[in-house]
Amino acid sequence: MSIVLLWTDIMVWALVISLLIWGWVVSRSVQIKKQWHTIFKSSIAMVSAMVLLFYLFFALLDSIHLRFPIHSAGVQNQKVQYEGDIVSPLDLIFSHNIESTERTYSAPFSTHEYAKSIVVDENGVTKQAYLPLKYVSQSDDLVLKSFAALVVGLIISCFLIVLHIFWRAGGHFMERFRQTWQGKTHLPWRTAYLTITLLIMTFTWLYMLSFHYHVLGTDKVGGDVLYQSFKSIRTGVLIGVLTTLIMLPVAILLGVSAGLFGGWVDDMIQYLYTTLSSIPGVLLIAAGVLVMQVMIDTHPHWFETTLERSDLRLLFLIMILGITSWTGLCRMLRAETLKISQMEFVTAAKAFGVGKFTIIRRHIVPNLMHIILISVVLDFSGLVLAEAVLSYVGVGVDPTMYSWGNMINQARLEMARDPMVWWSLFSAFVFMFILVLAANLLSDRVQTVLDPRNRV
Amino acid sequence: MSSILSVENLSLKVQKEELLKSVSFEIKKGEIFALVGESGSGKSLTSLAIMRLLPDAIFVSSGDIKLKNRSLFILPESQMQKVRGKSIAMIFQEPMSALNPVMTVGKQVAEVIEIHLGLKKEALKAKVVSLFTEVGIKEPEERYHWYPHQLSGGQKQRVMIAIALACEPDLLIADEPTTALDVTIQADILKLLKKIRAQRDLSILFITHDMAVVSQMADRVAVMRHGEILEQAACKTFFDNPQHPYSKSLLKEALGGKESREVPKRTEKLLTVKDLKVYFPIKKGFFQRTVGHVKAVDGVTFSIPKGRTLALVGESGSGKSTIGQAILSLVPITSGTVKFEDLDLSGLNQRALKPYRQKMQVVFQDPFSALDPRMTIGEIIREGMVSLESGGKEKALQDEVIKELLLKVELKPEYVHRYPHEFSGGQRQRIGIARALAVEPELIICDEPTSALDVSVRAQVLQLLKKLQQESGVSYLFITHDLSIVPVVADEVAVMKEGRIVEQGYVMDIMKDPKHEYTRKLLESAPKLPKEIKR
Amino acid sequence: MLAYIIRRIIYAVPILIGVNLITFMLFFMINSPDDMARAQLGAKQVTPELIRSWKEERGYDKPLFINHKAEGISTVTDTLFVQESIKLFRFDFGVSDANRDINSDIKERMMPSLAIALPTFLIALITNISLALLLVLFRGSVLDAGMMIIAVMIMSISALFYIIAGQVLFSKMWHWVPISGFESGWSAVKFIILPVMIGVFAGIGAGVRWYRSIFLEQINQDYIRTARAKGLSEIKVLFGHVLRNGMLPILTGVVVIIPSLFMGSLIMESFFGIPGLGSYTIDAINSQDFAIVKAMVFLGSVLYIVGLILTDISYTLFDPRVKL
Repeated sequence: MSIVLLWTDIMVWALVISLLIWGWVVSRSVQIKKQWHTIFKSSIAMVSAMVLLFYLFFALLDSIHLRFPIHSAGVQNQKVQYEGDIVSPLDLIFSHNIESTERTYSAPFSTHEYAKSIVVDENGVTKQAYLPLKYVSQSDDLVLKSFAALVVGLIISCFLIVLHIFWRAGGHFMERFRQTWQGKTHLPWRTAYLTITLLIMTFTWLYMLSFHYHVLGTDKVGGDVLYQSFKSIRTGVLIGVLTTLIMLPVAILLGVSAGLFGGWVDDMIQYLYTTLSSIPGVLLIAAGVLVMQVMIDTHPHWFETTLERSDLRLLFLIMILGITSWTGLCRMLRAETLKISQMEFVTAAKAFGVGKFTIIRRHIVPNLMHIILISVVLDFSGLVLAEAVLSYVGVGVDPTMYSWGNMINQARLEMARDPMVWWSLFSAFVFMFILVLAANLLSDRVQTVLDPRNRV
Repeated sequence: MSSILSVENLSLKVQKEELLKSVSFEIKKGEIFALVGESGSGKSLTSLAIMRLLPDAIFVSSGDIKLKNRSLFILPESQMQKVRGKSIAMIFQEPMSALNPVMTVGKQVAEVIEIHLGLKKEALKAKVVSLFTEVGIKEPEERYHWYPHQLSGGQKQRVMIAIALACEPDLLIADEPTTALDVTIQADILKLLKKIRAQRDLSILFITHDMAVVSQMADRVAVMRHGEILEQAACKTFFDNPQHPYSKSLLKEALGGKESREVPKRTEKLLTVKDLKVYFPIKKGFFQRTVGHVKAVDGVTFSIPKGRTLALVGESGSGKSTIGQAILSLVPITSGTVKFEDLDLSGLNQRALKPYRQKMQVVFQDPFSALDPRMTIGEIIREGMVSLESGGKEKALQDEVIKELLLKVELKPEYVHRYPHEFSGGQRQRIGIARALAVEPELIICDEPTSALDVSVRAQVLQLLKKLQQESGVSYLFITHDLSIVPVVADEVAVMKEGRIVEQGYVMDIMKDPKHEYTRKLLESAPKLPKEIKR
Repeated sequence: MLAYIIRRIIYAVPILIGVNLITFMLFFMINSPDDMARAQLGAKQVTPELIRSWKEERGYDKPLFINHKAEGISTVTDTLFVQESIKLFRFDFGVSDANRDINSDIKERMMPSLAIALPTFLIALITNISLALLLVLFRGSVLDAGMMIIAVMIMSISALFYIIAGQVLFSKMWHWVPISGFESGWSAVKFIILPVMIGVFAGIGAGVRWYRSIFLEQINQDYIRTARAKGLSEIKVLFGHVLRNGMLPILTGVVVIIPSLFMGSLIMESFFGIPGLGSYTIDAINSQDFAIVKAMVFLGSVLYIVGLILTDISYTLFDPRVKL
């Protein structure tokens, strides 16, 4: 077994690590810690954060890629041969769904195919019939299985919650437990635990039933929609998170220098962002992706596997999105830097002979943090939604990659069918809606707390 | 005299906190009733409660307000709208922001007449023009079509007064109407208000923090603190014989510790400014060429002796703050020299300037923007020490110095780990002073350090500055618009107007016997307390 | 004023040159004319002669930035970049890969695009502002809080969902309007109505929230307090003072997109089969037609810059403090 490092994997883990470091640094500043406390005092923010963590968990689970060697007995000391497929832990969890590919469409929980096929029965008569699905249990014990699944979910979540309370309590377990139960904690932990329980129970229900049914149906070639929806989480989350990661340094560097140095530096940077923002975003992305597609097509030998190819396309898409989206933040940061650099505390620092770069690091960037944070959370949901539209336009992620945009795009072609094939669309929209709603609600809260204009 | 307005046991609450505690007073016809207090005393809330314009979160917990014996609180909102602007009118502190920037001033006056008196077109315009004439706006016909930004601060306040007078109200509420204005303009506006009162037999509720203004304007006075009225008396009685200790202390602080400083002996000069000019270019036209200059500072010469204080006095826009920044090399100097001891600073670059940064420091006007909100008090004070390498290299040594400094400016040493927003304006100003002192400067430029502070706090800060000067022999360049504090802090004074110094000399000489006409005008305009109480 | 506009137009030139440079680099440097020829002619029967003639036909045989063969000024001018740029600046977009004249295509498709985009824009503007004013009037009430939650929900749903749901409900199930297509003249209304409604609805969440925050910021200003102290009713305060002052920040966000309405909406047009510039662009992207994409990029930038100039001009109309 060997680990395959895709570019986006490296980036996402680097991001996680830097976030953890940042969190550690921040946790030492009383002021910032207090701000985060205020943010999460709201139950809505807590619920949203839990939902986002849940999504992030699956995205990370899908961001470790493994390759298993082919076991060829007898041949020793040879180079180990690897399977063509690269799999992630998420694939391993859902391996039963990957294997149980049906022939074509089937509705959620159905036992038979969605459309009639021509069959020849034992009497040699040709007729149309709904064929039974291959990998679906025909027995009718849905309720019992659901119940079992929910119980398992409850047990798992209880275990996790108790573990967490224990970790928080540091000795006074019972007291902490009572406080949490009565909802008397400083942060709304009870709400958080409820959310987690709900999420885990939903997941175990979907997951355990997926051994017996296609819980969310199957697509045109019989692929399991539940599996696709979960696989799409990584694409959505990565586009939302990494794009911001790429554009942030550029926007901060240019915005702050434009605002602080003025003169020709300011002119150049303003020219740059006016030029970039004058090109319609979708067209710039389309042009970029088209060019890259031609490059990829002309150099097939760059990639060992289709996964690597689609990963590079994802990376490139993220970069192009980053290029098109830094201008707005840059403009805001420039304006704010101009404002801050006129403040008297900056003048005081200048009167102390503090160097320009120290002023940036010590006085300007910390006072810009709220704008940066607000824009990160605000952009996230926009980017997740943009992925779907771009994939529809044909300039999104690779068509072989699982993404909500691709799911919608494929299902759209079947809209003319009567009755409609709705479950692919439905699953994609619901998965997307929950993520985006959580992000929007959290960003609302972050904005109310951090935006100085909202302070009374 | 009949009563126009009576406030009866008014109490206001926000959530559970009491903001006003059973406030009662009465205003009679034709009377100017002054409500005096420092910020947060509840005087503005009282006025908003009378207008029923309180923010949503604040509610009336008890009491009543009666206008001509009719309760205002039982009126439905639609009836109350007929009271506002018609029976009770109001003018506010900030004429800059109190007028709608995108509406002509004539329209803004016409609007109130139209809704309450129903005048239309020609009659409406004629009424506005006559109001403009009454409040002393020149060329009223033409000004009718002007927008607020085209008018000066004093003119805007006149427009506000015109709006207030438009429907011949029974009561005018003036909420700090002159605080944001220069002294000379303040004098004009106060005169205008008095004239209108005489002509119209108008009742005025005059809200202010300035005792001197009260003594000039009011018939009766009420002193407020922490949402309570402490003392109510006729103006003369009040100034002759204040009852409450707080009133006494307010009066004392308003007078300033008028101990006259003896004429100092000439000592060595620390800073010499010679023929200093600071021009800012005006760019215009197709290619943004420089077509002229704003002469912010236009040939200024003065010097500050060691251990002494020079006050630089002038109204807004006189260029006094620019001088401070030019001395610190924070704005480029167009011509002239700034000599510190014997070295000309004007030609030096940032690196060569660094040793002198330690010797000259600055204290700012606005205590809120002067301290970085993201840094602790300790970090703020330490910044200069690290940058200019004074007060020891080791952190522990610096910590000691910081603690000493905090004690010196009468703050607790435990405050080092707190953030600026946890402190009041006066405390912040002390932190600002501690920051300047941290590098042991020989000259501190105080740029309006007390103008954003309440009177009582102002006195304390001035006292602190004086104490520090006696202890360490530091020199001050004290920039201010407020003539009343000059005798308290300064040895010498220079009066500025439009970028030039019009008069310069020892404080006592100039205060007693001003030579220049502008200085005289400034001194006359400044509201004064009655002579008798100047012990 | 005139001097200002002329100056702005002159300022626009370097920006458009920048736009050109970006597109040029994307299309010609990463993707050389040889590659394009090969891709166009089909990989199999490509001979060097064929490639050369294909390049000559399109003027792609010149060097990119510096022509070493030419003399004097033409070392710079007789290059692919300058020649292509000049053509664009003259709004001569040439022919598409399918040998159609792009200029006439654009002219033909501008109107259908506008027929969708303009009503969507206007109706959305009016609904969003009225709803926002309503919420500001009832600020702090249950209505306000409820509507804000609904607005977040509307914002969180993909626009694709509204389109698909709209088509299924109104066209497939209830047969109120045709599912897609376009006709010229007044009969276009039945094709336009659904996309316009969907476009308006999809934008309501974000729009109402934005306008509401603008108006709320105004509500706390001093001059609003003055207006109330004058005895104006809340409605008069809202319409006479809040709306008028709120117009300024609204203008910055709104005027700039007006010229871009000509470009149409990519997804709307392609979902509803409207023969406008949006679907034109999508088709070009899908068939990898570089000439059209380049033309649209240039056109889009020009319209954006026109929008910026219009914004400034509208400011002089609405804000007496701004003089050009």
